[in-house]
Amino acid sequence: MDAIRVHGLTKRYGDVLAVDDIGFAAPPGATIGLLGGNGAGKTTTIAMLLGMLLPTSGTIHVLGHDMARDRFGALARMNFSSPYVSLPHRLTVAENLRAYGHLYNVPHVNRRIAELARELDLEPLLKRPCGDLSAGQKTRVALAKSLINRPDVLLLDEPTASLDPDTGDWVRSWLERYRAESGCTILLASHNMAEVERMCTDVLMLKQGQIVDRGSPRELLARYGRDDLEEVFLDIARDRRQPVPV
Amino acid sequence: MTGTARRVWGLMYRHLALYRRSWPRLLELTYWPILGMCIWGFTATFLTNRLGSGAAAAASALLGGVLLWEVALRSQMGMAISFLEEVWSRNLGHIMISPLRPWELVTALIAMSIIRMAVGLAPAIVLAWFLYAFNLFAMGPVLILFFLNLMVMGWWVALGVVSLILRHGAGAEGLAWSVLFGIAPFSAVFYPVSVLPEAMQAVARGLPSAHVFEGMRGVLLDGVIPWHHLIWASWLNVFWLGAASVLFARQFHQARVRGALLSIGE
Repeated sequence: MDAIRVHGLTKRYGDVLAVDDIGFAAPPGATIGLLGGNGAGKTTTIAMLLGMLLPTSGTIHVLGHDMARDRFGALARMNFSSPYVSLPHRLTVAENLRAYGHLYNVPHVNRRIAELARELDLEPLLKRPCGDLSAGQKTRVALAKSLINRPDVLLLDEPTASLDPDTGDWVRSWLERYRAESGCTILLASHNMAEVERMCTDVLMLKQGQIVDRGSPRELLARYGRDDLEEVFLDIARDRRQPVPV
Repeated sequence: MTGTARRVWGLMYRHLALYRRSWPRLLELTYWPILGMCIWGFTATFLTNRLGSGAAAAASALLGGVLLWEVALRSQMGMAISFLEEVWSRNLGHIMISPLRPWELVTALIAMSIIRMAVGLAPAIVLAWFLYAFNLFAMGPVLILFFLNLMVMGWWVALGVVSLILRHGAGAEGLAWSVLFGIAPFSAVFYPVSVLPEAMQAVARGLPSAHVFEGMRGVLLDGVIPWHHLIWASWLNVFWLGAASVLFARQFHQARVRGALLSIGE
């Protein structure tokens, strides 16, 4: 059974077609990259996968749960991280993690927080208010929040945006290790092509709400005759080169 | 703890942690009820001194009105402001993608409103007893019914406000503070419904608060419990709570259609 299965997914806001009849499947343990320019439909797709936004048409199944009918069954086993959605600033890191531990019904929540603090190097930060943290520290806290329930499906919206290269690399390595150990399925929306190339088993190229191409990073590079995904991205975004016929 | 209780507690814990860390928020809870009690208490004392013992009963009805009105007001504001705290901290998105059901969100907000109301009102009740020798609990067990009806009224008004925030975003947040003041003239807090013009009386009869305050005056001034007012208040609360729940469910659904849960704090 696929961890994520999307079929005919469409979202329309009045005359604007934000997502146009997309479909894809993510097997357990895969890391799927969502690539596309601003307004391509990445965030809208993620919001629909999380049940925050209702599709105009189409179906979404996550971990076997139909998100239209039974989203809470899936949400308990999913999580999400984005540097653009903050945690309450006045609460300490530990308080935020504890609150989410309760919301996700995590057993032995204090033990889980200690575990995450150790793994993500958050121990010195646990008693500090989230609002006092640096961008890199906030990202690690957001990551800890998204892992509090040991999710089987993890949705990440530009998880390393605004991080320095060292911290960004550390986060990527940590996520790769987590996926390998847990078998978690990751859906990654990113503008960082090197990140997508490194982490993703498959990539969906979005443009104007449609999936215009898909494949593994290696397949895409070969198809467009390019050396890196950034060039592939620009080829698609600017309509400047069609895939090389195989 | 069951899953539901745990999730409700999770949201409550988040708010309680916030209060533990923010003394201005705690001060704000008690400030207005104490201020109101001081102003109206001294006004009642002045009237009693000027008009003699005949005004004493009216003064106690005034103080009872002040305190009981705070029950409705603090319940409504407690619930609506707790929701707004999520909007202001841009945390609503995280909450809505957790397994917390919308009705569990409402339950947590109600629980927070009870705590906020109790913390805010307790010093004013104590103050009324010390400064004006007014014992709210002298009304007897019927006070519980007055409290319950006013709290429920605060909740359905707050649910309406939350629905409007879901519909119109932060532009509607001013209602969290002001909406109940608009209802106050019809609630007959300090005067009987009969003094209102005919058209206003019709509106007042549709509000549980007007029946509660008529009931309170019956207890304080005449020493009898007007049960028919309490029955009316309860039925009206059931009706309005049902209507507000339908409105909330509809606006929550619409917010998911429009994507408002993503952008409500912006």
